[in-house]
Amino acid sequence: MSTTQETAQARTRTIMYREALNEALREEMRRDPKVFLMGEGVAQRGGSYKVTTGLLDEFGPKRVMDTPISEASFVGAGVGAAITGMRPVVEILFVDFAMLALDQIANQAAKFKFITGGKGKVPLVLRTQGGVGSGLAAQHSQSLEALFYHIPGLKLIMPSTPYDAKGLLKSAIREDDPVIFIEHKLLYMTTGEVPEEEYSIELGKADIKRRGTDVTIIAWSHMVLRALAAAEKLAEEGIEAEVFDPRSLVPLDKEMIIDSVKKTENVVIVQEAVRRGGIASDIASIIQAEAFDYLDGPIEILAGKNTPIPFNLNLEKACVPQEEDIIEAVRRMVSGT
Amino acid sequence: MAKYSKAMLAGLYKTLYTIRVFENSCIKLYRQGLIRGYFHPYLGQEAIATGVCAALEKDDYITSTHRGHGHCIAWGGDLKKMVAELLGKETGYCSGRGGSMHIADITAGNLGANGIVGGGIPLGLGAALGASIRGERRVAVTFASDGASNNGVFAESLNMAGAWNLPYILVIENNQYAVSTPIEEVTRVSDLYKRGPGYGVESVCVDGNDVLEVYQQAKEAVTLCRRGKGPVLLEAKTYRHMGHHVNDPGAYMPEETLAYYKSKDPVKIGRKYLLEMGKATEEEARDIEKAVEHEMEEAIEFAVTSPEPSLEEFLKEV
Repeated sequence: MSTTQETAQARTRTIMYREALNEALREEMRRDPKVFLMGEGVAQRGGSYKVTTGLLDEFGPKRVMDTPISEASFVGAGVGAAITGMRPVVEILFVDFAMLALDQIANQAAKFKFITGGKGKVPLVLRTQGGVGSGLAAQHSQSLEALFYHIPGLKLIMPSTPYDAKGLLKSAIREDDPVIFIEHKLLYMTTGEVPEEEYSIELGKADIKRRGTDVTIIAWSHMVLRALAAAEKLAEEGIEAEVFDPRSLVPLDKEMIIDSVKKTENVVIVQEAVRRGGIASDIASIIQAEAFDYLDGPIEILAGKNTPIPFNLNLEKACVPQEEDIIEAVRRMVSGT
Repeated sequence: MAKYSKAMLAGLYKTLYTIRVFENSCIKLYRQGLIRGYFHPYLGQEAIATGVCAALEKDDYITSTHRGHGHCIAWGGDLKKMVAELLGKETGYCSGRGGSMHIADITAGNLGANGIVGGGIPLGLGAALGASIRGERRVAVTFASDGASNNGVFAESLNMAGAWNLPYILVIENNQYAVSTPIEEVTRVSDLYKRGPGYGVESVCVDGNDVLEVYQQAKEAVTLCRRGKGPVLLEAKTYRHMGHHVNDPGAYMPEETLAYYKSKDPVKIGRKYLLEMGKATEEEARDIEKAVEHEMEEAIEFAVTSPEPSLEEFLKEV
C-alpha cells in the first residue's frame, strides 16, 4: 500500500484493480443519478475487462448502455450529455480506438469550457485502457497519453494501484472538466488494499510508492510496478530508490516532484510510451528548469522505442522498458559511470 | 397550408428580418476591420433557423454550425452580446474567447456554433440522450449542413438516435455546397433526407426558403419526438446568397441559380405572409423593420464601446 495515503485506515480489504474501478462506479452511480455509463459491451457483457460487471442489473439499461461501434458519436454524445447536466462515464475499449473520436475529445470536450468563456462545463470521464499486453499487436497496445497531455482543457489520470484507481475514479466523476482516465490492461488483475470506508483522492496529487534517498524513479501506470520491483532488487545492493507515481499527469504535482528531486538529486523517468514527444521529456524539462542545481547528473529517460508495437512476444518485450533496464540505469547513475 | 395568426407571422418576420439586418450590418463591420477571423453569413437560409426554433420550447436544446448567427438569433439571442462576441469583447456571449464560430448561449440551451463541420451532431445526440435518461420531454435539435451529411458522425448519430428512440431532430440545411464543392459531385443521391429510412428514421424534405413550410414540418417533428417517436431527419433545401464566407466571392455559384433563389428570398416570403395571410399593413411591417434596425444600432454601439478581455484573467478557464 501507498506510503503517503491520505488517511491511515484501520480496516482494509484486498481487491483487484478492476474491482476497485467497479466499486468506484457503483458508489458514484448510487450517490448521483446523473452518472451513467456507456460504451462497447459495458452493459450485457459487463465490460471486456469486467470493470462494469453487475452494474446493468443494479442500475438498469437507461444508465448502463451498450453502444454501437461508433466511437466519435458515443464520445460526442457523452460530451453533449455532460454539457446539459449529466455526468457520463464513457468507456473506450482500447485507447487506440480513441483515435476515432479525437475530434470530439480534442475539439469539442477540451475546448468547450474555454470557448464559452467559462460558462459551460463538461463533467465527462472517458475511461479507457492502454499499454502492451501479451501479443495484442500494433493497434491494441499503444500508450497514447502524450496526445491527451498535449491538449489544453483535458485532465489526465493514470492509476497504478487498486487504491488509486478507486479513489481517483470517484474524484474524476465529480470533476467538472473532461477527464481522460487511462487504465492498463496488465493491471486489471493486480491486487491491493482499499479501505472499507468511502474515500476519494484529489486529482493532481502525486504519491510516493516507495521512499528512498539515492534516486527518484518517476513512473506511472504499469511502469510503477516495474519500478517497485527494480527498487527492491536495488535495495539488496544498498541503493535506496524512491518510486514516485504522479498518478495524475494533468494536473501534474510539480511541487512534489521537485521536493523528491531535491532529496535524492538523481532522476530516472520511466514511461512505457514511445520516447519521441513523450511526457517523460516534459517532466525532465520541468525538473531542469526548476531544480537544475540540485541534480547530480543528467536525468535519464527510459521509454518505449519509437516504433509500432510488434506482435511477436520477444519483439514486444524489446519495445518497452523492463525491470532490468531500470536497475541498470539506476546503477549507472548512482555509481556515476 | 394552415392559417397562422398575425402575431405569429409578425414574430416570424421579425426574426427573419433581424437575421438579415444582423448579417448585413456585421459584414459592414467586418469590411471596416472591426470583426476579424472567419465570418460565414446565414444570408439566404434565414427561414430554416426561424421556422425550426419557432417550433421549439424554451427548455429544448439546439446545436448550431459554423454558419451559426441565424440559429443564435432565432433562439432568442441578445444582439448586444452577439455583436460583442463577434468583436471579441468581454461582454460577448463567450467573453471574446469564442467568436463567430463558437457563439453559444449555454444557459438558454443554445449549445453553440461549431467550427468543425458535423461536430455538433453528436453533441445534440447527447443532449437528447440526457433528456431521455432524465425522463424529460425536452427535444434536442442539431442544425447541420449538406457538408456534414458526408461526415461519419452523421451516419453514426442518426443510427444511434434511431436505435435509442431519442427526441432528436437532425436538420440538414442543404445549401448545396460544402465550401465550394457541389453536393451532387460528392454523393450519388443528393436528396439527403432519403438516407433516413435506412436507419428507420422518420424523414422529411422541405423548401428551406419558406418559413411556414419549415415551421409546419418542424412542429410535426417536435410532436413526434415528444411522443417518443423520434428521431426525425429534416432536410431543408436552400441556397446561400454569398460565398462560403465573407471573403469568398462564390465564383462557383451559377448566376442563374443564385438569381432563382434570390427570387425566392426567405425574408421577402416571410414579409409576404405577414401582409397577405396576416393582413398586416405596409406600415406595420415597416414598424417591425425600424424596431429591428434600431435594436441593431444599439447592439453595435454597445459592442464597440465594450471593454477588451483582460490579459491577466483569460487563462482561468483552461
